Amino acid sequence: MSKAPKSTAFPHRHLLGIEGLSPDEISLLLDRSEKYVEQNRKADKKQATLRGRTIINLFFEPSTRTQTSFELAGKRLGADVINMSVATSSVRKGETLIDTAMTLNAMHPDVLAVRHPDSGAIKLLSDKVNCAVINGGDGTHEHPTQALLDALTIRRRKGRLEGLLVAICGDVLHSRVARSNIHLLNTMGARVRVIAPRTLVPSSIERLGVEVFHDMRAGLQDCDIVMMLRLQSERMQGNFFPSVREYFHFFGLDYEKLAAAKPDALIMHPGPMNRGVEIDSLVADDFGRSVIREQVEIGVAVRMAVLEILSANIPPPADRNL
Amino acid sequence: MSLKRNERSGRVAYVNARLIDPATGLDGRGGLLTEGEAIADVGIGLFAQGVPEGVIVVDCGGQCLAPGLVDIRVQLREPGNEHKGTIASTGRSAIAGGVTSLVSLPDTKPVIDDMSVVEFVARRARLVGLAKVYTYGAITRGLKGAELAELGMLAEAGALGFTDGVTAIADAQVLRRALSYAATFGLLILERPEEPSLAKGGAMNQGETATRLGLPSIPRAAEVIMVERDIRLVEMTGGRLHLMNLSTAEAVEAVRRAKKRGIEITCDTAPPYFALNEIAVGDYRTFAKLSPPLRSEDDRQAVVAGLADGTIDAITSDDMPQDEDAKRQPFAQAAFGGVGLETLLAVSLELYHNGHLTVPNVLRLLTAAPSNLLGLTAGRLAKGAPADLVVFDPDRAWKVDADLLLSKSKNTPFDGRPVQGRVLRTVVDGRAVFELGSMA
Repeated sequence: MSKAPKSTAFPHRHLLGIEGLSPDEISLLLDRSEKYVEQNRKADKKQATLRGRTIINLFFEPSTRTQTSFELAGKRLGADVINMSVATSSVRKGETLIDTAMTLNAMHPDVLAVRHPDSGAIKLLSDKVNCAVINGGDGTHEHPTQALLDALTIRRRKGRLEGLLVAICGDVLHSRVARSNIHLLNTMGARVRVIAPRTLVPSSIERLGVEVFHDMRAGLQDCDIVMMLRLQSERMQGNFFPSVREYFHFFGLDYEKLAAAKPDALIMHPGPMNRGVEIDSLVADDFGRSVIREQVEIGVAVRMAVLEILSANIPPPADRNL
Repeated sequence: MSLKRNERSGRVAYVNARLIDPATGLDGRGGLLTEGEAIADVGIGLFAQGVPEGVIVVDCGGQCLAPGLVDIRVQLREPGNEHKGTIASTGRSAIAGGVTSLVSLPDTKPVIDDMSVVEFVARRARLVGLAKVYTYGAITRGLKGAELAELGMLAEAGALGFTDGVTAIADAQVLRRALSYAATFGLLILERPEEPSLAKGGAMNQGETATRLGLPSIPRAAEVIMVERDIRLVEMTGGRLHLMNLSTAEAVEAVRRAKKRGIEITCDTAPPYFALNEIAVGDYRTFAKLSPPLRSEDDRQAVVAGLADGTIDAITSDDMPQDEDAKRQPFAQAAFGGVGLETLLAVSLELYHNGHLTVPNVLRLLTAAPSNLLGLTAGRLAKGAPADLVVFDPDRAWKVDADLLLSKSKNTPFDGRPVQGRVLRTVVDGRAVFELGSMA
């Protein structure tokens, strides 16, 4: 039993996913992130908000941007940040995971930012520790901070989320980014489409509140936002499409297909990009429309906001129960 | 044979014909006018007031005039096995059988799993200029049953559908992905259902005859298991599947039930499976070694019933040329397959002569139905449609003689069979490409 969280505006100990968050809770996180966007553009980016707090980045899967982003976020708030990259043993994953969690927990961290290749693994871990846990991506389930940074990027450019038409294109089947974005955008009143070959669309995805298309031109028609996904070959068992050449021909974002979207449609990608696979280099580097770099910048601000809000809810180790 | 390739510019009136258009149900005395490559007019009583000036007149002598046959399962041997047959030899065979459009399996060398091979076959066929030749693309690279071929791009290059030809896809996950991926583009997957592990090493149908002859056999379950599996995969993926060469009672029944449940599945069979049974193997006749193997008499009757009640959607020739060396072997070692283009119409008309189907219904299975399955415009007598026609006498008796076939390979399972129904003239894009009797 944990003690009742302090904040009533965000009454959660962990951030394990977007699913289940209310529009107000999401808006609170986005609003709080806004101020950090400004702070990060100053010469002195450092604050003392989290001075004395300990944050552990626990990554069971390789990551560049997310891990760096969490590290910078923690340090800019004045916390002590430790990075742990854990090589996973695929055989005794569950056991190793819980053992690692218990060990780290005994050192009294305040926040664990965790990435794991198995869906649900971070929920399992969060049940075994008495600090706050942030899901930095679990398998093909959720990646909540990515959805938040995507939403803030859109909101800053378009002034709103409600009523926008967003197309999420590509490897939806293997994408935690897609799932978190679908939950967030639907919660905030946007309309979501997914566009992919049928082999890369998870079954019953319509039940999550999206319209499914299998043709880029049809699906991109009138869209405000074009969100591309990375083709996650490393998660693919067997072949879901014949070749990169054919994939790019039908589903890669180039100017010809993009012409179906609104003229001011934004192009987004969670990175890392496979140029010439899901996105044409010219489109990716078109800074009039591509906000791919901006997404990375805003990612740090969003993680600062999440760290701040969750830290505020966590009592000192002496008052914690497990 | 007179191939009047240059007779393309003018107008030709076909008079005194029994017009049969299975697409519309038209069946009656009338005429048809072609202009260039298309049908300009058609109807009961057309030319009753005489034929206009300057039109070439072909008197059909009261015989049937129907859309040219559309054969959706033919094995071209070019490229790669030209000693068994070429695009030209298959083309001659086709037009002699009244077939004006044919679709080849991808089992050539190289395999049709690349756009360049689709284009090669199309270009060669244009130069040959006999029947219209289309191709299927391979579902998997090299027909190996593992990695998907570039279905979307192959379809853009002209592949009409996708199949791994004479082999079924053993790995259910691969077929699942193929059906699902193909459905992305609305493409049709075709499969000859036979569980490879059960068929391996078998030479004929499992049963008494195989036991008496001491031949390794293929159980009917090999087909039924695959049909049942494929139906489930179609249901799961929302793909479109066409099953080829059905030969067993239970497979026909499985499709019948699936169709009743509203599943998007179609199927065909070939003349050997409704006109012959395993007795035809007789004294180790390798011309009767087919794939799937000839089945029991009960199976044959079930196939006839499936054709009669519409469960089976089309009839194909399953034309599979094999050279003499491949067939002049001990039965178990001989190659599978028989040629079928030149006997397709006559053997199919047995369904009419035996009282199972009307002539228009037999023709529907050979023209409009297969054409619709693949989205072709052929197979109908309609204004503006391509002038692909066949004139035939449904009753004229003749005897199949392998030596008289126009195909390069002579491996017909119907050698020596008395049949009724003779192709008199075949027209492709308004040109008479075949006339009976003018054969050299």
